Amino acid sequence: MMPVLRRLGFYLGLLLFTLFAVFPIVWMVITAFKQDADLYDVANNPFLYNLPPTLKHVTFLFTGTNYPVFLWNSLFIGILVVIITLLLAVPAAYSLSRLVGHWGERSGIAIFLVYLIPPTLLFIPLYQIVTFLRAANTVWALVLVYPTITVPFCTWLLLGFFKSLPRELEEAALIDGCSRWQAFVRVALPLSLPGIATCIVFAFALSLSDYIYATVFVSSAASHTVSAGVPTELIRGDIYYWQSLMAAAAIVTIPLAVAYGLLFDRLVKGFQSDSAGSEATP
Amino acid sequence: MSEAEASSRVGLGDRDHMLGWLMLGPSLIYIAALVGLPFFLAIALSVTSATVGDPSIHGFVGLGNFVQVLHESAFPLALRNSVIVTLGTLILTLVLATAESELLVRDFRGKRLLQILLILPWAMPVSLAAIDWLWLLDSEFSPVDWLLRHMHLLGPGSPLGPANHLYYYGKEWLGLGAIVMINVWRLLPFATIIVLAGRTSIPRDIFEQAQVDGAGFFRTLFSITLPALLPILMVASMFTALLVFGDMAVTALTTRGGPGYATQVLPYWAYLKGIDGGALSEGAAVALFMFPVLLVGAILALRMAYRTDSQGDRP
Repeated sequence: MMPVLRRLGFYLGLLLFTLFAVFPIVWMVITAFKQDADLYDVANNPFLYNLPPTLKHVTFLFTGTNYPVFLWNSLFIGILVVIITLLLAVPAAYSLSRLVGHWGERSGIAIFLVYLIPPTLLFIPLYQIVTFLRAANTVWALVLVYPTITVPFCTWLLLGFFKSLPRELEEAALIDGCSRWQAFVRVALPLSLPGIATCIVFAFALSLSDYIYATVFVSSAASHTVSAGVPTELIRGDIYYWQSLMAAAAIVTIPLAVAYGLLFDRLVKGFQSDSAGSEATP
Repeated sequence: MSEAEASSRVGLGDRDHMLGWLMLGPSLIYIAALVGLPFFLAIALSVTSATVGDPSIHGFVGLGNFVQVLHESAFPLALRNSVIVTLGTLILTLVLATAESELLVRDFRGKRLLQILLILPWAMPVSLAAIDWLWLLDSEFSPVDWLLRHMHLLGPGSPLGPANHLYYYGKEWLGLGAIVMINVWRLLPFATIIVLAGRTSIPRDIFEQAQVDGAGFFRTLFSITLPALLPILMVASMFTALLVFGDMAVTALTTRGGPGYATQVLPYWAYLKGIDGGALSEGAAVALFMFPVLLVGAILALRMAYRTDSQGDRP
């Protein structure tokens, strides 16, 4: 009797979580293809196409707005931020876990404290710095600033990864005549690839998602990201271009969700080697 | 000191130390320049009378900006709402993430597809998620209102009132509730991934033993699963809380802090004051009010994570 009930509860739970996640997205996709006359009629069933669906608003998004520019900017910034983040965070995490002595292994908390200072606390002085560097209103302002969000996070994640690798592996390489740098590149780096993969996904997602820096540092459409550009361009005063807004969101979200979803188990593994707990172990 | 550790100490020569600092240096310099410096600049700004028109740091006014900000009627509301939204999101997210991880730890058919569907909200930039929900809970065309009307829960002579719409973003508590929902929605996949990492690390034989001992589902949950998950739940709550507390996009794009200041939060208020209103120094002062709250929260979470860890059966 019990197993049947349990199974039922299990699938019911899955169903509810899926509905919660998907309902706003389904609504978004339905809206994207609606004609105005269909959309703005309170009497209509909002979930159905009472008039035939149209591609008009999706076309408008690509021809009548700067959306393609936003997409390109977001991709460009995201990729550069991922590269910078890896270049900074991977060596830093390895160094902390192996090279700079005992306190380095316990610096997880210090990194957390850096992460603790959120963009909303820093955006006003950073705005001044960016203006001083004459980077305001360009994508470079965001390329420069986003690693402040991603580097602490990825260093923390990778620190756990490197700590969980057995030291003996690198020591064997050292005895075989490798230099410390070679031991890092040839032994430690390949073994921490799952952690690095997680870092890539998170660095990209964090840079794509930022709203505050993207809004404050950039005001010209040519340098806007999706995150800041779509609201500025498709909400004009009280006029909301709902279908185009929904299409804009769906076009970014669905491919990324497929990519992240396929990496789901990997992302879980990325967090596995570390928890706040492991930094307490000597 | 174990043998392996001793040998690694021997291997840690001066050259390793040098290499260590070379590898760490760039990150340290970067963080010092773009987190450390602006942090102190924020403090410096907050005690001056800088504006967007005249952003240089002079005109020392002491704690004047803080006093000024404290006296505004928006301040207690913004602080209250920031705390309510953060705590509300945190509690709901943790409960749901624990439940979801309990489901996803098992294998079933179609799991990959489901993982894609479940991660959808997290793949969306925050601002677009806020806009999605703005439309979902629209004052006139909300499909939620439509469903409620068709279930006879909304509309004339129904439990939720005679009006045909709930006007979520036009009301204090419905507005705050909606902001909490949006945050839960967008952060649940992220929190679930973290909790799941902890959940899959719990050795399976513990559960088998519990089953042999005749422990039911809830008994197992409360005396085995949750205590074992506590450290990772702390990590999940740190990240969730930081992402919610520091976020202004959801509020800025949905309720815009209104009606009045009823749903205003600290980050958006700092933005309105500092950038929109041009009073850089006052904006910085508002933003700085967030730091002690964050610090206390982080210390509490870390202490709890440590305590549970030292009590664990780690070697």
